Amino acid sequence: MKDFFTKKKKYATVPSAKARQDVPEGIVRKCPKCKKIMYVKELKKNLFVCQSCGYHYPIGARDRAEMLFDQGSYVEFDKDMVSLNPLQFPNYMNKLESDRKKTNLNEAVWTGKGLIEGFDCAVAIMDKGFRMGSMGSVVGEKITRMIEYANKNGIPVLIFSASGGARMQEGVLSLMQMAKTSAALKEFSENGGLYISIMTHPTTGGVSASFASLGDYNFAEPGALIGFAGRRIIEQTIGEELPEDFQTAEFLLNHGQLDQVVSRSELRTVLGRVLSIHAEGGAAGWDQN
Amino acid sequence: MGPELDFEKPILELKGKISELKQFMDEKGIDLSDELNSLQERLAALEKETYGSMTPWERVRVARKLNRPTTLDYIPLLFTDFVECHGDRLYGDDPAIVGGIAKFHGHPVTVIGEQRGRDTKENIKRNFGSPHPEGYRKALRLMKQADKFHRPIITFIDTKGAFPGKAAEERGQSEAIARNLYEMSWLSVPVICVVIGEGASGGALAIGVGNQILMLENSWYSVISPEGAAALLWKDAGKAEEAAKTMKITGSDLKKLGIIDKLIPEVLGGAHHDPKKQADLIDHALIESLTELSQLSADQVREQRLAKYRAIGNYDTVQENLTNHSIFSYSSDRQ
Repeated sequence: MKDFFTKKKKYATVPSAKARQDVPEGIVRKCPKCKKIMYVKELKKNLFVCQSCGYHYPIGARDRAEMLFDQGSYVEFDKDMVSLNPLQFPNYMNKLESDRKKTNLNEAVWTGKGLIEGFDCAVAIMDKGFRMGSMGSVVGEKITRMIEYANKNGIPVLIFSASGGARMQEGVLSLMQMAKTSAALKEFSENGGLYISIMTHPTTGGVSASFASLGDYNFAEPGALIGFAGRRIIEQTIGEELPEDFQTAEFLLNHGQLDQVVSRSELRTVLGRVLSIHAEGGAAGWDQN
Repeated sequence: MGPELDFEKPILELKGKISELKQFMDEKGIDLSDELNSLQERLAALEKETYGSMTPWERVRVARKLNRPTTLDYIPLLFTDFVECHGDRLYGDDPAIVGGIAKFHGHPVTVIGEQRGRDTKENIKRNFGSPHPEGYRKALRLMKQADKFHRPIITFIDTKGAFPGKAAEERGQSEAIARNLYEMSWLSVPVICVVIGEGASGGALAIGVGNQILMLENSWYSVISPEGAAALLWKDAGKAEEAAKTMKITGSDLKKLGIIDKLIPEVLGGAHHDPKKQADLIDHALIESLTELSQLSADQVREQRLAKYRAIGNYDTVQENLTNHSIFSYSSDRQ
């Protein structure tokens, strides 16, 4: 009789740490901030923002385009452009190829044009899934061509940044893309062009130190990491721990670097207002009335 | 002279032998000038061989020599009537960037350069040549002043990078660098940038958007330091020597890539062996560049600079994807 009882389960099954964390991808997602589990379908409907704590999930360029533009109003530019590995950097081409498959993008930025609240805009959207959104020759060229398109057609430019900075594997050519994109924006600005920069998580290094910081209006998504140098490097340099909110969008707002921190759900409304204020050439019109 | 580097040791040993021999001759009054001459010939050949075939990593180490001439060493050798101008008029004065007005062969110019220290004490004052935002904003103020008074701008690049610090971030390091790239691209006066030592990343580029980029033979310029590249790419900062080669950071590599316009030769062994002679070599290159650029009108100066940066990039369009080719692609209508 004794055996009969002990034969029954000796231990209760406790799921392993790994199994507990492994919420099935694709059906539900667990918020990294408040740990709330949400259905992906619902999350998507909520623009990939956690319903309980407002955490903004990083999103890919194609998802961003889909939620940004007026329905079905956009086209893509230069989707067949690829890097030529100027430094003959070992393994670089393989890495690009695997990221192309992973993101369904030819490079770390999507460029195109479309309508936002009825206004025609030229847009670049970076994707951190592709080589950490780093800027090499192709990213610099695609963004520059997009700005030139806007310049030629007299429409505003919007750039959504998401990048770890300049791409190491293209060396100094990556560095020079900072100058190339900034120069294109300057020329566009001299022609009266409107440029709105939207910094998303993360916007750092060479991207932060070029086009991302040069908007006529600089916006950022809540909680986005934005800065020039990496947190760890700064901590090593100054030998002290940094405050938790250091280099967040909110920190930048407090230090005068941003016009507003705008949540994803408010973004189209805010952009619509800015675009409509600029639609007739800004202040023009008073003397006509 | 600063500490010799390992690859220079045979030269140092030979120099030691020569001085011993000289001393011996003086003391004993014996004429050994044949031996002396042959040793001196050997030294000349060895120096030529060693310094003539330096690896990228050896050049990086020469570029970092504490006794290598800095911006403030070159200014009195190249210019007259230098008046230093301090401050960004917004926050403060950054000693890691110096600037001012001067005359170059009698013509007014604006001079700006990154300034590291020549010893530890000076390095602390100069923050090891790593500027804060106020340094870049001071540089921009002086460049706009140069634009107003129609005088050419000469910048000297020598930095391990813009300073990665808390205060620098709070005051907008990114914005300061970005603003300089943006504004420098549009200046209507000639801008000549000379990399005299280290040229690391955005911190170098922030005073480096010029009509012509010149580089000393033993200087380097890249998106990141060799150590940084090795740490990021291979998780091993010890592979800096390999990174120095792979990243193509020397003047001759960058000349081949079409990024820089002129490679300025250095005196044998490096600029620190004879700063005066090195200044003459820089002087010669600057005269040449300024003469070339003086042929251009203000509009042409701007257009040349814009075109120069517009053309930098290495990419192609994939043939098999042509069915998806966007109608907005410009590839056909730009040459």
